[in-house]
Order: sequence, then C-alpha cells, then structure tokens
Amino acid sequence: MSANLTLYKRSLLSLARWRRPRFAASIQSASSFASDAKHSNETSVPMTNDTNPKTPSPLEVHDLTVAYTKRPVLYGIDLEVPKGSIVGVVGPNGAGKSTLIKSIMGLLPVASGWIKVFGKSFNQSVTRVGYVPQRESVDWDFPVNAMDVVLMGRYGRLGPFKRPSKADKEIAMACLEKVKMLPYANRQISNLSGGQQQRVFLARALAQESDLYLMDEPFVGVDATTEAAIIEILRELQAQGKTLIVVHHDLTTAPDYFDRILLLNMRVVAFGKTEDVFNFDNLQMAYGGRLSILSEVALSRARKKAEGDTPDNLAE
Amino acid sequence: MKRVASIAAALCAASVAHAAKIGDLTDTTWTSQAIEFLSLDTPIVRSAVLGTLLIGFCCSVLGSFLVVRKLALLGDTLSHAVLPGVALGFLWNASKDPWAIFIGATAAGILGVALVGWIKQTTHLKEDSAMGMVLAGFYGLGICMTTVIQNMAMGNKSGLDKFFFGQAAALSSGDIQLLGIISVITIILVLLFYKEFLAISFDVGFAQAIGMPVQLLHYALMALLTFAVVVSLQAVGVVLVSALLITPAAAAFLLTDRMHWMLVLSAAFGMLSGVLGAFISYLSHNLPTGPLIVLGATLIFILALLFGPRHGLLTKIIHRRRQRQRIALENTLKAVFHLCEKAHFKRKAFATSELSVERNSNLRAIESEIRNLEKAGMAEPMDDPSQAQLSGKARFKLTTEGWYRACEIVRNHRLWELYLTNAADYQSDHVHDDAEEIEHLLGKDLVQRLEKRLQNPIHDPHGRLIPSKDQLTV
Repeated sequence: MSANLTLYKRSLLSLARWRRPRFAASIQSASSFASDAKHSNETSVPMTNDTNPKTPSPLEVHDLTVAYTKRPVLYGIDLEVPKGSIVGVVGPNGAGKSTLIKSIMGLLPVASGWIKVFGKSFNQSVTRVGYVPQRESVDWDFPVNAMDVVLMGRYGRLGPFKRPSKADKEIAMACLEKVKMLPYANRQISNLSGGQQQRVFLARALAQESDLYLMDEPFVGVDATTEAAIIEILRELQAQGKTLIVVHHDLTTAPDYFDRILLLNMRVVAFGKTEDVFNFDNLQMAYGGRLSILSEVALSRARKKAEGDTPDNLAE
Repeated sequence: MKRVASIAAALCAASVAHAAKIGDLTDTTWTSQAIEFLSLDTPIVRSAVLGTLLIGFCCSVLGSFLVVRKLALLGDTLSHAVLPGVALGFLWNASKDPWAIFIGATAAGILGVALVGWIKQTTHLKEDSAMGMVLAGFYGLGICMTTVIQNMAMGNKSGLDKFFFGQAAALSSGDIQLLGIISVITIILVLLFYKEFLAISFDVGFAQAIGMPVQLLHYALMALLTFAVVVSLQAVGVVLVSALLITPAAAAFLLTDRMHWMLVLSAAFGMLSGVLGAFISYLSHNLPTGPLIVLGATLIFILALLFGPRHGLLTKIIHRRRQRQRIALENTLKAVFHLCEKAHFKRKAFATSELSVERNSNLRAIESEIRNLEKAGMAEPMDDPSQAQLSGKARFKLTTEGWYRACEIVRNHRLWELYLTNAADYQSDHVHDDAEEIEHLLGKDLVQRLEKRLQNPIHDPHGRLIPSKDQLTV
C-alpha cells in the first residue's frame, strides 16, 4: 500500500498547489457521465480499494490533465471503465485520443489528476496491461521477424536477465496462429502488408496475456478482412472477461464494434453505453458546433493551470 | 617549447612528424614483414593487433544499435564531445594517464548525450539539429583547451595530438588493458540485456509500457558507447571513430534480417577491418593505421552492397539478367510452337529463316537465339552444320524438353487470356499484351488454380487449342 500512499500524497499535493477550475463538472453535467458526485468536494481523497470492497475497476481516471509544453491537450478527464467492456474512444483529430492512451501507461507526464489500473498505479499493474501502439510508431525496416516482435509481448512478464523460454515461444506461436499469421512467422517485418503488420502488433499484445488492453487505432490502414478478423479477436477477448479500450476514427463502424463509447475532445464529451451516448447531439458536441465556445473558456483556464506546472512531483 | 603557433599547424606538423604507422621500427622486405606480422612475434605487433581487434569489436557491436535506431550521427557527436574531457583528463596530472583521460572523456561524452536529450525535450528542435550543435560546440571547446595545453609550460605533452588523427602504434599496454575491460563489459551487458536493448531500439513506447526502465537502458547504452569511443580515439582519431561505429554495422544490416545476426556479423566485420588496417599499415611504411581500418570497413561495406545475397546490387543485376535470358528463351520456344501450330503439328523441323519470319527479327539474332536453345538442351540441329552453310537454311528441331517447355509457356499464355476474358470481363482483343508478360511468371500453383477455376479448358478465347502436356507429342 505504500505506493497508494505516495499516490495519495501526490494527489493531495497537487490539489493543494493548484486551485482547480470547476469547468469540468459543469460541462459534464450535460453528458451522461455519472460520477459527478466525486467532484463535489475539491479536497476529496481518491477512493482506494481498501475502503471499497468490490473489485476495483480495470481503469479509473480522475481529473486527468495532460499538457505538451504547457499547452493542455487533455483536461478534467474522469473515467471509470467497467470490467469486460469494449470501449471505443472516438473524437476528432487532435482530440487527445492517443494522448489519453499514452498517459494511462505513463508514457507522458501527467499535469494533474490520477490514474488507477485495477485499483493500483500503472507500474504496479504493468503486467496486466497490453498495448497495441499505432503502426507508424515503429520502423518496419528493423531487423526482426514477425516471431521476434510477438515474443516482445512476453518480455514484460519475463523481467530482467531472463530469455524467452520454450513455453514463451509456444505462446507466441499460438498468438500468431490466432491472428492467422503463423505462416509468416519468419518473415522480416518490412515484407508484410499493412494489415499483416497490424496483426503482428495485435499478436504481440495477445502474447502479453493481459486483462486490460489499450489499442491505438488498430484498424488504420487494414483491409476489410483484417478488420473483421481483428474485431472477432476483440470480441473473443471480451468474452474472456478482458477489458478493451480502442481508439477508433471511423464513426460508421464505431456503434457496431463497441459496447461503450468515449466521445473525446480534449475533455470527456460523453461516456457510457453506446446506445445512450452515440447520438447526434453528443457527436455534434464532440466534432464541432457549440463546443468551440465552451472549449475556448475552458482552454484558457486549463492553460493557466498548466503554466503553474512542475512536472517533477507528478511523473509516473 | 613554443613550437606551435596554432592548433592547425600543430596537427599538421604532428601528423607529418609521427606519421602513424606500426612498421616504423623495422626495415625489411614486405614478405618477411608480412610473416613477422602474422606470427605476432614483436610486442608492438601484438598490441596493435589486439588493440585494433578490440576496438573493431566494441565499436561495431554498439554501433549496430545506433544504426537500427537511426542515431548514426550520435556516434559523431560522441566522438567530438569527448574532446574537452580528454583535455581535462590530460590536465589532471599533466600526462597521458589512460584512466584520467578515460574518466574525463566519459564524463564529457555523457554530458554531450544528455545535452542532446535535453535540447530535444525542452525545445521543438529535432534530434539531428541538437546533435549537430553539441558536436560542433564541444569540439570547438576541445580544440581551444588542447591549444592552451600545448602552449603551457609543463611536462610530457606528446600524445595529445593522437586524439585528433589517431595512431594505433601509440596504444600503450594500459590502453590495451582498458580496451579489454570495456570489451568484456560490452559483451556481458549486451548478452545480459539483449532483449531490453532490442525492445527499446524497436519500439520504445512499448518497452516503456511493459515496465522497462527505458531511460536507464538508453543511458547505459550511451555510456557503453562513450567508453568504446574514448578507448578507440587514440587509435583512429576523433573524425574516423564514428565510421567504425557505423560502417561495419551498416554492412551487416545489408546482409541479415535478424538483430542478433547483425550484431555477430557486425562484430566480425569490425574486427576484420581492424586487423586488416593494422596489417596493411605494417606492410606499407607510410600509411596510418586509423584511416586504413576505416577503409577496410568501407571495403567490406562495398562488398556487402554489391554481393549481398538479398539486397546486393550485383546480385540483383545478375538475377535480372538471368530473368531476361529466360524470358528470351521462352519467347523463342513459343515462336517455334506457333510455327508448329501453323503446320498443324505435322512438321518437327524448321529452318531458321522460318523462325525469322515468325518472330519478325533478323537472321543473325535468330541464329544466336537458337544457339542459346541448343546450349540449354532444348533444341538440336537437324543437318550437319558443315553442309548447311547457306544462311537461313539450317534446320533445327526442339528436343522433348524444349517442346515440353514450349507447350507450358503457350499454355500459360492462353490460360491467362481465358482467365482475363472469363473472370475479369476483358475484351478478348485486350488480353494478349497482359498475357505476354504474365506467361513467364506464372508458377505451378497459380496454373493449377487457373485450371481449376476455368475447369480445365481446351480452347483459348481466340478458339485456339490450349496445349497440355499429354495432348501434344511430337
């Protein structure tokens, strides 16, 4: 629990340092987001699972603000993702979809707020989180074959000094088989098509054998067959009780693929069951129209907050 | 002692005065010198060989990670950034103490790399600009400091200039010891953390997401690189050390698609070029070792570029040439088939003039084509060559193998035409050119699939027979 304590201390510290603007709650009252009660008290202590007997949520985000060189990209993000759901993260370009995924995993410094994965900090739950980065994030000319890439999914569980065992290799083979890429196991990765590369990335995430999966645009640049194959695997993972958070850009397929939708545009526009949230008003709010006026006000306040930012006590 | 007015003059004078070569001390013919070198008799040869081997090993193994991470310029940055540290180490006790210089240089190198990282993080300048600036800035500082040292009145200043141009023969036993230690550390760390180094090199975001201490690993790698650069400086000099980091690794990158093989090959190339450089430098009395090592590495790279089994330029040219020859051969066979078809498969032997008309080509070209067929065992002359001197009258026929191949090509052509008209809705007069190209490329699998799809057809879209192997025999 020591880490929870430091987390606690840190949030307290950040609360004490900055007087948080109250814009987040006022905007969210328009959405179907349900946890406004928690906002009522500014100095409220984050709930840890020792006061909460039910199993902790796979992902809980509270008042998250992320800034790139003092320009806020995400602010006042609150989320509580129920176990076993497939959440589609949808929003316009620059809405901070990838930023959200990256900051959950601690790849970006957080300006304020906290993130809990299975009730603990990300680092404590690191083996329970699988990650599919954007395909363009790596150099596909790198001298590795498909099998090597999938084996990297085992590295997190192996820890330092250990090499992948025969069992790890078998798991990696099974994952390749699952995405129908076993015949290409020995191919250098630049000799694969875009869809095949994406499936290799998915296989690597499967090899992580995690409970929560974060996927950054897994459907970009893949053909219809691969897209269908990927969604089938995602459903299978869901059936096994895993939780999936998938950044998606195609509004036409989003309601079919996901049972929950997070509409994001620098803040949470709406989050909830697809049938409740995925409607014209919310989309209008996320993608344009009257949102712009609100976000102007909110932005300037968030910028003030970010300027007082000292990232050293917020890392992780 | 005010021999030197400016650092440039000092360097020029130094490089001429102690032209860096190992063979200085002996004066015999080159064969006996070669034997002397290869038998590793004299200590100076031993230390030069050992030194260049170790340098080649360290630099090329660690340089592989720079190459795959597209950080090649970082090698240059490091080698230039260590210079102020070298000067400081020199000042420490006013002599060329390998350890003092090593510590100073390492500190300066790591400071340089950290500065690059810091500039990249805090500004929106990209890494290459940051590296360029740090490189030049540290180098400038280094030159000023060494100039000041050269002009100071104190003990043994000789050897400082070696850091600029390098001199393998100047490697002392202390330097060799240091090299050995660095090599052992490199081997151990790379073996121990191979999967971590692989992961951060391929996908740094993923590596961090699975809980790897990415920053620590990056700086560990940078520290190792700095060590390697510092110990290699004296042998090859500031400017050339980055070539040792990059060139063997780049050659290995051309030859393999797996990271661990790249490391092994790169190490082998690095060591080979090291020894090669030392050897040639020993044989020739005036050539410096460092540049020869780099030239050796460059030669290996050129060979890999030309003859690499997969990406080699020459390999590709040869492959393309063979392909062209095969296509020419197959076109001749096809023309013979057409002749045969026009004769309703009643004649086997044809005159070269007939083929010349069929292919609309001159006799000389046709004769050479038929010679090629004969060489490949696909045709044979019908007449005694001494009798058929009249040009165009020489007759030939296809062998069984040639006939078989001819049928196959025509079959490919007509199957494809049929496929295009039936399955892809092409007009029957639009399909010939496409089939003309694809007929040479269809493999057995594809042909089988075409047959299945078209339900083993007998006639092509123009109503001609699609030859099959068992239908037509000559």
